[in-house]
Amino acid sequence: MSKALRINGTTHEADLPDDVPLLWVLRDALGLTGTKYGCGVAACGACTVHIGGIAMRSCQVTLGDVDGEITTIEGLANTDMAVLQQSWIDHQVAQCGYCQSGQLMQAASLLAENPNPTDADIDAAMNGNLCRCGTYPRIRQAIHAAAEKAKQV
Amino acid sequence: MGRIKTIARRSFLIGSAAVVGGVAFGAYKFRQSPENPLLDSYGSAALNPFVIIDQNGVTLIAPKAEMGQGVHTTWAALIAEELDLDWQDINVLHGPPAKAYYNSALMGMALPFQDYEMTDFKKSIQEVVGDTAKLIGLQLTGGSTSAKDGFDRMRLAGASARETLKLAAAQRLGLPIDQLSTEAGHVIAPDGSKLSYTSLAVAAAEIDPPKVTLRDPSTWRYLGRTMPRIDMVEKVTGSAEYGADIALEGLRFATVKMSPKHAGMISFDASLAKDMPGVEKILDLGDGIAVVATNTWLAMQAAEAVDVRWEAASYPPTSDGMQKAFTAALSREPEAVELKDGDFNEVRGGTQIEAEYSVPWLAHASMEPMTATAVFDNGKLTVWAGNQAPISAQKACAEAVGIEPANVTFNIPYIGGSFGRRGNTDFTVQVAKIAAAMPGTPIRLVWSREEDMRRDYYRTAATARFKGVVDKGTAVAIDGNIAAVSSEVVGPGKHLPGVQDQPYDIPNYRMAGHAVDLAVPTGYWRAVEHSFNCFFLESFIDEMAIAAARDPLAFRLDMLAKQHAPSAKLLETVAEMSNWGAAHGGNSAKGVAFSYSFGTPVAMVCEVVDQGGVINLSKMWIACDVGTALDPGNIDAQMVGGTLYGLSAALYGEVTFYDGEVEQTNFPDYDAIRMANCPEFEVKILENNPYIGGVGEASTPPAAPALTNALFALTGQRARKLPLYTQFNL
Repeated sequence: MSKALRINGTTHEADLPDDVPLLWVLRDALGLTGTKYGCGVAACGACTVHIGGIAMRSCQVTLGDVDGEITTIEGLANTDMAVLQQSWIDHQVAQCGYCQSGQLMQAASLLAENPNPTDADIDAAMNGNLCRCGTYPRIRQAIHAAAEKAKQV
Repeated sequence: MGRIKTIARRSFLIGSAAVVGGVAFGAYKFRQSPENPLLDSYGSAALNPFVIIDQNGVTLIAPKAEMGQGVHTTWAALIAEELDLDWQDINVLHGPPAKAYYNSALMGMALPFQDYEMTDFKKSIQEVVGDTAKLIGLQLTGGSTSAKDGFDRMRLAGASARETLKLAAAQRLGLPIDQLSTEAGHVIAPDGSKLSYTSLAVAAAEIDPPKVTLRDPSTWRYLGRTMPRIDMVEKVTGSAEYGADIALEGLRFATVKMSPKHAGMISFDASLAKDMPGVEKILDLGDGIAVVATNTWLAMQAAEAVDVRWEAASYPPTSDGMQKAFTAALSREPEAVELKDGDFNEVRGGTQIEAEYSVPWLAHASMEPMTATAVFDNGKLTVWAGNQAPISAQKACAEAVGIEPANVTFNIPYIGGSFGRRGNTDFTVQVAKIAAAMPGTPIRLVWSREEDMRRDYYRTAATARFKGVVDKGTAVAIDGNIAAVSSEVVGPGKHLPGVQDQPYDIPNYRMAGHAVDLAVPTGYWRAVEHSFNCFFLESFIDEMAIAAARDPLAFRLDMLAKQHAPSAKLLETVAEMSNWGAAHGGNSAKGVAFSYSFGTPVAMVCEVVDQGGVINLSKMWIACDVGTALDPGNIDAQMVGGTLYGLSAALYGEVTFYDGEVEQTNFPDYDAIRMANCPEFEVKILENNPYIGGVGEASTPPAAPALTNALFALTGQRARKLPLYTQFNL
């Protein structure tokens, strides 16, 4: 039943039933607790990771269905999108911080696809990521600033 | 009073004690003080340390829970300001639960003074009475009190530590102390040579801290500026640890299923669940069950499969049935009349208006559901739980497991949002019980979102009836009756903060509270009573302005100007920011609201725009007066966040009951503002109020009425009920 997963450049073995969602494989079996559980029904985005470079809700992808290299928040700093994390720090985005792993992974996917997003692009890409502390205005600023910075590099 | 005063004076003395390899500075308590929380690890120090300097460097202790409000950063800035530390060298620990980390500001708020009337004399009495908080063991993060509570004490701790380290340096160098200065964690000699605080720590432990005076605010380097949050890097790298992120060898994963009817358990059948994959144990918790498995998801699947028979709810099974209790309460005599000026029945002339308002039950819905971790070993329990009231949680865990509180080690990780929910100890006690049933096995408890919604301590629903008289363009009388479930702390009918304490000059003014007796679990919710009372009062004042044919902002300004100049200034400021008087196109409109809560007055203007039949919330302008702005960037974040929390509730928030169970179970049916409908914000922070105010809750109350008043201005439709999504095309 054991399955090999490639996560943040490292291979991990997960020995759990195939129908266990990736979220709970990451958190409980592999100790990658930066990815958060918020709703379990793809309504909040706290569990967002990248599979094959695309943002996915890890609560909706079962272990058996995982196909591709996974990047979690723990691995984001080793990608081109570390610029987003610095921008989050520069704009002092986080309050409680619980949703921010998912926000960052979603924003990284947006910037990878669209290096120069408009406000409307940000609305569309980020609308599935809930934040109850109300950090949206700073998230928007941080995404715009990161896009600017990425252009200068 | 005399006795308490002595205690209060003593509590402001900063003392020191030797610790392993260094020295700790903190507040001395009165003599029969609660036990020192750091005694085990730090020898015989008899004080409550706020600063520890040892061979590892300087560590600051913040006895306040970090749940997003930035308290660790502000407390660190208070100490570092006096102690002369470089920002990057600061290390903050959340203090263990200790009665001595009392919350003086919160107890002070129980006094019957109106905050805006506070004179220096009253303030000093409040501070003295505030000290009774430690007599009853209240270590609490709540009531937006952290900045107020720590403002003097943390700076004194920092200053005492600095002067003591200088004395130690003076002895070592054989120089008079006035030739020494401090900078970046070092004492500096006249020749420019430096002694690090760490190298002086052991010697400093032998010196009694001298009397100190606090630095003049004009010299501040950290306070008054936006400081980088201490928790920010951890929170953007996924390394910040919350209650379900504690890595322990041999962890097992648990979830619970408690009564959705908030009543007892008759029986349960676990025959299906016990053989499901990964299930290791199914526990009878008395009032529900717990499943322990090799994975959280497997535990949740099995918990679903446990067939439980629940007792019937002891409250009416439907929301409609409950509403009758509010109507009935309003038809009875009020339990409390907290404010009565003049006599409504004596008012002659003018125009009388009446209105009835109601707001629903609300859930907290923090992003992190209830989580906790614990291990029980050799009669000792170690708990990690995000709790706003760790002393009561520690005690409750000890009782549940049958050990002394001294045998419970309580750790407080980061909190993934609370908004008042985590002042309750339920989830923490559950993890203690599960851990005690499996000695030696660390247990990580995670509630499902559904459990979190069904088993909240809800913000009470409330219904209000107001009548008022306007004459010659001003309000001459308001009479309000408000029915709600009163919290045990304030007492029956006394749920009137937000209507009994606003600085409006209205000659005939009476506010009465009618207690509703329903066994629905209720609790603190961001801004507590202000969250509904402000909606009632600010809606009604808007209706009075319309009846008086006045501009709603000018109408309020007249009444505030006579009573409280800083509040009037806020309305003028927000009018200017929002260009209030400017003509509107037919498709947009503005609404205004004001609130004075938790020591901070806030004025707010909301703009709504009709875009082809759909109403958009386009912009919010906020002016607040915090007295002294310790960290403007953090205050801005709290003002915006608190407003969005209030707007989300006004737009979507509604908990309803059917068959005794809460109908909402997850974010799809309990939604909130998201990126695409988040308005633009502009915030101004003023400092005219003479005393420092709280920032975590003050902007939540005026959000709903600012919005509904704007909707009235746009559509002519007055929203007297929340939520709004069923009434407007938003």
